[in-house]
Amino acid sequence: MITVEKEYQGLVGAYEKAGGDREALLSKDIASLVVHENKILSATEIEGVKLVGEAQEHGITAGLLIEEGIKVKHPIHLCFGILPQEGLQEIGLRVDVKRGAEVKVIAHCIFPNAVHIIHKMDAVVNIEAQASFSYKETHYHGDSGGIEVVPKAKVTLGEKALYENTFSLVEGCVGKLDFDYEVFSGAGSVAELIAKVYGKEDDFIRIIEKVHLNGDCARSLIKTRVVLRDRARAEVIGETYGNAPYARGHVDCIELVNGAQAVAKAIPLVSVTNDRAKVTHEAAIGSIDRRQVETLMARGLEENEAVDVIVKGILR
Amino acid sequence: MLTVEDLQLVLNGKPIINDLSMYVDTGEIHGILGENGTGKTTIAYLIMGVNNYKPTGGRVVFDGEDIADLSVSHRAKKGITLAWQEPARIEGLRVRDYLKLSGNNIGIEQVEQYLWMVGMEPAQYLDRDVDNTLSGGERKRIELASVLAMRPKLAILDEPDSGIDIVALPLILNGIVEMSKRGSSVLLITHNEKVAEIAHRVSLLCAGKIIRSGAPVETCQWFKDHCRTCLHINEPVEEDKKL
Repeated sequence: MITVEKEYQGLVGAYEKAGGDREALLSKDIASLVVHENKILSATEIEGVKLVGEAQEHGITAGLLIEEGIKVKHPIHLCFGILPQEGLQEIGLRVDVKRGAEVKVIAHCIFPNAVHIIHKMDAVVNIEAQASFSYKETHYHGDSGGIEVVPKAKVTLGEKALYENTFSLVEGCVGKLDFDYEVFSGAGSVAELIAKVYGKEDDFIRIIEKVHLNGDCARSLIKTRVVLRDRARAEVIGETYGNAPYARGHVDCIELVNGAQAVAKAIPLVSVTNDRAKVTHEAAIGSIDRRQVETLMARGLEENEAVDVIVKGILR
Repeated sequence: MLTVEDLQLVLNGKPIINDLSMYVDTGEIHGILGENGTGKTTIAYLIMGVNNYKPTGGRVVFDGEDIADLSVSHRAKKGITLAWQEPARIEGLRVRDYLKLSGNNIGIEQVEQYLWMVGMEPAQYLDRDVDNTLSGGERKRIELASVLAMRPKLAILDEPDSGIDIVALPLILNGIVEMSKRGSSVLLITHNEKVAEIAHRVSLLCAGKIIRSGAPVETCQWFKDHCRTCLHINEPVEEDKKL
């Protein structure tokens, strides 16, 4: 049986290897939460930021509240993970960003030894009027692919609220990803959903992103970048609904297939129910552009090096 | 340095390049001047080995070696490079990294120097991506900077002036001359006789064939007098063929 201290050191060590900032987790000036399996290993609150968690049988429930008008100076750091090869982690997350508040969150999800792991997150996010919430989630997986990741979120944006969500899973094997985010946008709000995933081996990737532009002048961008190799498969569904005057939405999906057995699908859905709204989409699926590869080869890179530069660029 | 002998390319039964012979000396700027569709870009592709183009006849000899069967990378490692007329856009690749890899890991000071040479302020461009957010002219200038950074033995520049505004054009042309002064040879492909005039020697291309070579001023004048008004575009008349 490993002690809580050992669990903390193990997880934070993996977090640091994955590019996380250990000092941020130790600082009293930075709000943070570290969760291993269903144990809350550390939690730091700061003025204006309430961060509470409670252990459940297979994970935790957590609440993050940013009080009205608070501009949080340093990003809040969240670290979730499982170090053993097997496990189930269910995170229930409730985020409330009160009127006029501004906050950035950096979340790391770490599963370096996964052989049979399920990681689920159900988030409810409420961003009030003129508030700003940026959430950047980066996953670090091992190479076995024995992991199932199921992030789901319902996000509500008040008037002139800003919401940026960046999901990145490019290190290690994805395993199975079932990503499902839905945003309901108020008047003058801005939502930007970015997902970057690198599928390898037998990975299966399903990304659903929906934005309902319900308020006047609401704007959104859904941007998805997926690269597939080996036998990896991906299905990307980007939906935007322009339901209000002068709402503007765009869906931008690029999937690169680098291997004869990899399979990519993109299903953009754009719908307008107001005659003054406008929603656009663009999707490109295919092999890596030959001209890009040859441009880099003409500077002296070998073909595999050129492909690597292009893949890294698109997933950066 | 570069010798092209009796080069031929036939695509879908149609001759694109016809027994074309030419050479480029060390440090020379050799202009290839021709109207649209005469085969200028095809010559560039055949020398660089891109776009799956392989000669159906003739030889491309660089530094004494026939390079027709070498990969693009191998040709580049021998010192040949190409700046495309429409350079590729690469999402997520920063200008600083593109120039750095082009110069085989050169330092940031050199990267900045090459940007200045094409009239671009480093602070404004180093952290931008080589993608669709750049204008056509900006992308072209970065392409030239990346060629400068590579310091090749032979730079093939395909229409380096296209998309370049009147203010930036002298900078581009100066950059090409500077490249030559630093010892690189340049194959300067253009349909603009003003651009060709910076070359040491100019060859006129018509229907995949060089119909005239000589000093820039005279050759460009001949181009203006004959090719601009020619009714036989891409079908050289017998008189031209004899030149």
